Amino acid sequence: MLTTDRIGGSALCLLALFVMWESRTLPLGTWRQPGPAYFPVLLAALLLILGALVWAMGGGAAPVAGVGWGEARQALVILAVSAFICFGLERLGYRLTMLAALLFLVWLVERKNLLAAAVFAFALSFGSYYLFDTLLRVPLPRGPFGI
Amino acid sequence: MAETLQNLALGFSVALQPSVLLYAFVGCVVGTLVGVLPGVGPLAGISLLLPATFGLTATNAIVMLAGIYYGAMYGGSTTSILMRIPGEAASVMTCIDGYAMARKGRAGAALAIAAIGSFIAGTGSVIALMLLAPPLANFALRFGPPEYFTLLLLGLLVLAYMSGGSMVKSLAMAVLGLLLGMVGIDQMSGYFRFAYGVMELGDGLGVVPIAVGLFGIAEVLATAGQEVPPKVLKPKLRELLPSRQEWRDSVMPIGRGTVLGFLIGIIPGSAHIISSFVSYAVERRLSRHPEEFGQGAVAGVAGPESANNSATSGAFVPMLALGVPSGPIPAVMMAALMVHGVSPGPLLITQQPELFWGFIAFMYVGNLMLLALNLPMVGIFVNVLRVPYSFLYPSIIMFCVVGVYAVNGSVVDVWIALIMGALGYILRKLGFETAPIVLGAILAPMIELALRQSLAMSDGQYTIFISRPISGTLLAFGAALLLLNLVSWMVRGLDWRRRIPLDEKGENL
Repeated sequence: MLTTDRIGGSALCLLALFVMWESRTLPLGTWRQPGPAYFPVLLAALLLILGALVWAMGGGAAPVAGVGWGEARQALVILAVSAFICFGLERLGYRLTMLAALLFLVWLVERKNLLAAAVFAFALSFGSYYLFDTLLRVPLPRGPFGI
Repeated sequence: MAETLQNLALGFSVALQPSVLLYAFVGCVVGTLVGVLPGVGPLAGISLLLPATFGLTATNAIVMLAGIYYGAMYGGSTTSILMRIPGEAASVMTCIDGYAMARKGRAGAALAIAAIGSFIAGTGSVIALMLLAPPLANFALRFGPPEYFTLLLLGLLVLAYMSGGSMVKSLAMAVLGLLLGMVGIDQMSGYFRFAYGVMELGDGLGVVPIAVGLFGIAEVLATAGQEVPPKVLKPKLRELLPSRQEWRDSVMPIGRGTVLGFLIGIIPGSAHIISSFVSYAVERRLSRHPEEFGQGAVAGVAGPESANNSATSGAFVPMLALGVPSGPIPAVMMAALMVHGVSPGPLLITQQPELFWGFIAFMYVGNLMLLALNLPMVGIFVNVLRVPYSFLYPSIIMFCVVGVYAVNGSVVDVWIALIMGALGYILRKLGFETAPIVLGAILAPMIELALRQSLAMSDGQYTIFISRPISGTLLAFGAALLLLNLVSWMVRGLDWRRRIPLDEKGENL
């Protein structure tokens, strides 16, 4: 049966093999003078063993089919909006990016009243900029026209 | 003793300066708010204000950040008791009996016991920190790379053992964290590792993006689509006084929680989270009425709340005395000190006595400040919880982005936090703990350096870790933990951690 531990164990083993493969370009060094690849390879070997153990002992874990993914769709939307923030932060500036992201989340995702969403998004994006950038002197990126 | 009192007087002369008091107050208020708000943990709060401390003196900076840490521990209990939502991870155990007490109409008493327990534990553990840190710092001068390596290894083993679920899975997560810590320039050879041409990764994956992603963003993703938050119970001021019986029931758990929390706090690991779990298990085991646990047992609130506050001070012992961060929060605080040219470690106490003793004195003052803030003003803080979740989580995302971006002014860090958030969400779904990843990532550079230096010292002989008395003893402790886990795995019924049902651990909250 496909269980959460079987999936997790397999993923860990694959990651360990990937790290070992990627470490081939770095010098391994010797026992006396370990090189930059020494510790990552050691860790990858350990992860391979632990991943295999998780897989082997994971037969009785919760079945994957039983894991509730009810919120996954909305989580994906939130992730996409966060990715937009990453793209926009230094292109559009903090205030405009946050304004757009917050408006989208509250108005379109949470289906709140447009006016309430707009007031909230404007107050939070410009207010937080004033608090952190102006008052606390934490430099936040500006966009076109210095906004 | 006279010397300690003299030093403490020096500390109070620093801590009672108006500017220090002001920053301490700001830290305590922000910390309490951070603790009250679900999803924003103390780490996110500290990360958020870290850049704002760059312009302050080292003492003001550390006092403000410690105020946030302490405040979050106090504030976290409020949401647990009134809403059954842990404001931060260490308050998970308080949800069980705290909320049950609230439903019985004893919300005020539960809040008072949590606050007073936190105050007593916080003060008691500061005394222990004050007495223990200087001799430990002297002892730490005997530590070489092999001792540091085994100490850090022991920290990871303790965290994996105490995590509650499978030790193999927790260890796998710790190793994953160590691997994440391998990204960036190798400090001994200068080679770029796993950076794939991204120059910003040269300094490695930062602690803040990893932790904010795994805890903050992952929490938002996991609770996405949540409807209106549960009803908030609002206690009146006159209901805050516990009954005589409740006082009696809380005295011993507070005492035990204080000692237990401090001892767990000293060992590198996610101290304040583990300590509340262990304290709850201990209280239930020692109770004459274990059947009351889950139904509003006073000890189920007093013990874990005292333990997590005590562990907060305990966590500062290895940070101040050894220069080893015992978790993500002390690591960020260490970073804040380093910005000011202060290196925590065995020489801190002798080289920077004003800072060390000022910090100790602040903890006394901070505890008093938080007690005064939390009890009478609980109604004000509770109002924060009335913000609908559809407005709350976008705000949390915004705070996470600002906090992560502000540390280095880098969008790459925000991307890392986002990727970590997605990873944390999937790992939670698959039943893996994420705290060991963060600790692994923090300790990775130190543990690798210590291992490579040890091997260079011993001409490649791994026996160096056994042949030296301190490292040998630490290694023996680690081996004992592995053995204990193996035994309890073979005889499942003996493992106390399995006796706490899943819903009590917070998974089903």
